[in-house]
Amino acid sequence: MRAVATTTLIKGARSTRSTIALKLLMAASGIVFILFVLVHMYGNLKAFSGELAYNEYAEHLRTFGEPYLPYGGLLWILRVVLLGSLVAHVGSAVALSMRAHAQRPVKYAVKKNKASSLSSRTMRWGAVALLLFVVWHLLQFTIVKINVGAGGQAAEVTENPFRLLTAAFQPEQWWMVVIYLLAMLALAFHLHHGTFSAIQTLGFTNTAESRARARVAGWVVAIVVAGGFSLVPLFTVFGVIS
Amino acid sequence: MKLTLKIWRQANASEKGALKTYELDGVSSDMSFLEMLDLLNEQLLHNDEEPVAFDSDCREGICGMCSLMINGEAHGPEVTTTCQLHMRSFKDGDTITIEPWRATSFPIVKDLIVDRSAFDRIIQNGGYISANTGSAPEANSVPAPRDKAMRAFNTATCIGCGACVAACPNGSASLFLGAKITHLGELPQGQPERYSRVQSMVGQHDAEGFGGCTNIGECAAACPKEIPLDVISQLNKDLRKSMILG
Ligand code: HEM
Ligand code: SF4
Ligand code: FES
Repeated sequence: MRAVATTTLIKGARSTRSTIALKLLMAASGIVFILFVLVHMYGNLKAFSGELAYNEYAEHLRTFGEPYLPYGGLLWILRVVLLGSLVAHVGSAVALSMRAHAQRPVKYAVKKNKASSLSSRTMRWGAVALLLFVVWHLLQFTIVKINVGAGGQAAEVTENPFRLLTAAFQPEQWWMVVIYLLAMLALAFHLHHGTFSAIQTLGFTNTAESRARARVAGWVVAIVVAGGFSLVPLFTVFGVIS
Repeated sequence: MKLTLKIWRQANASEKGALKTYELDGVSSDMSFLEMLDLLNEQLLHNDEEPVAFDSDCREGICGMCSLMINGEAHGPEVTTTCQLHMRSFKDGDTITIEPWRATSFPIVKDLIVDRSAFDRIIQNGGYISANTGSAPEANSVPAPRDKAMRAFNTATCIGCGACVAACPNGSASLFLGAKITHLGELPQGQPERYSRVQSMVGQHDAEGFGGCTNIGECAAACPKEIPLDVISQLNKDLRKSMILG
């Protein structure tokens, strides 16, 4: 335990180096993620329109902007933006978590939570779960294209986005559906508090009413995103999407 | 009534502390929480034991000196300061766990007393309005809009007790900071230094080692003066603006 606290006054403090600046970085990168998951979720729903529409959409994402952009150009721009946001988001999260732990090395023997939501108290562990999920998800559908279902690693499955998707969520692989639903629960939790938190970090909750609205926004984003994403695995395992 | 008290005892800043259990009889429900501790200390002195060290000054809820984490709640179960908490909020036979504020930036001096001078330094580093002294100016020479004046007045009720830091899982002092930033920033007299003030106060807050805010709201629920969470939004907004305005 530190016996003597800082005794000097800080001169010329830089606002860009503050804990609040880190939070602003988290909020901005978090909003990039929210916009991305909204678009991604909408894209997934194309699976309801059948194989042709879904694969056309996937191809469209790659040819978008041609000839000004090279084939797959949009996706690469997105990847760079998302990777940059991830580094900023996780980097600030780690820095702030370490500060928090340094500030309370001795825990309370008894501590009540009076106002905080469960989602706000599970941001850090939930985020670790999300990070693991993102790694698996990218390996499965983008980087390696792992088919856990029928057809194995045959090119006609792995190179066909719709078949790779539907093969993943067949009843034989019910556990894959469970993994995805749990991940969406973690995402819903993260977004429930994250959306509210980002609005407050940006300084838009200066009254009780605007704070209540920001809380509603948290519920809406969480339910729309996590609910929307969950539809595809659920409707695939029950045979509606095939 | 009769109580079982579990109290954090720690000889000094460097010594390790531990919870110690005491039985206390003869507590009246009209006693304040601190009078109950006074009673315990009389009993301890009588038995040639070291009395429990705790902070207090005004004992009327205005100075912010008293602290205490009572059964996991800063200032105990009511929305008030520890000195204004009364034993009628407890029942005969209750076990009460009493701990000091826990934050590295509030080092323990002894038992339940912590050093909150980090707050003083935050105030010294911009938490004021520079004004020429002299004869008092005419009250209405600088008009302040009523809603702004009310908000400034309400946030000025912060007594710097540190309950917000104690209740925050990150040990952040954002509610305290936000109360000061809003109080001074809403007044016409506070405008010239508005953006330099937020930068130096936040800089001092960070240098003292306080944590970052995760907007979970435990602070506002613990605050004896009911400072609302929106002051943290105001703090964030002023800091964001100060980045652009320099
Ligand atoms: C994948 C790894 C991720 C990690 C390690 C992570 C970590 C964190 C942590 C620790 C917080 C701070 C909690 C708080 O301030 O209460 C946070 C906030 C936030 N996260 Fe994430 N997160 C991740 C992914 C995501 C994703 C996928 C999204 C959006 C779809 C997202 C959106 C947000 C938002 C909006 C905030 C609020 C920022 C603020 O408090 O101002 N995060 N994240
Ligand atoms: S904001 Fe409330 S809890 Fe924090 S120091 Fe001020 S009076 Fe105490
Ligand atoms: S002793 Fe002054 S507020 Fe409690």
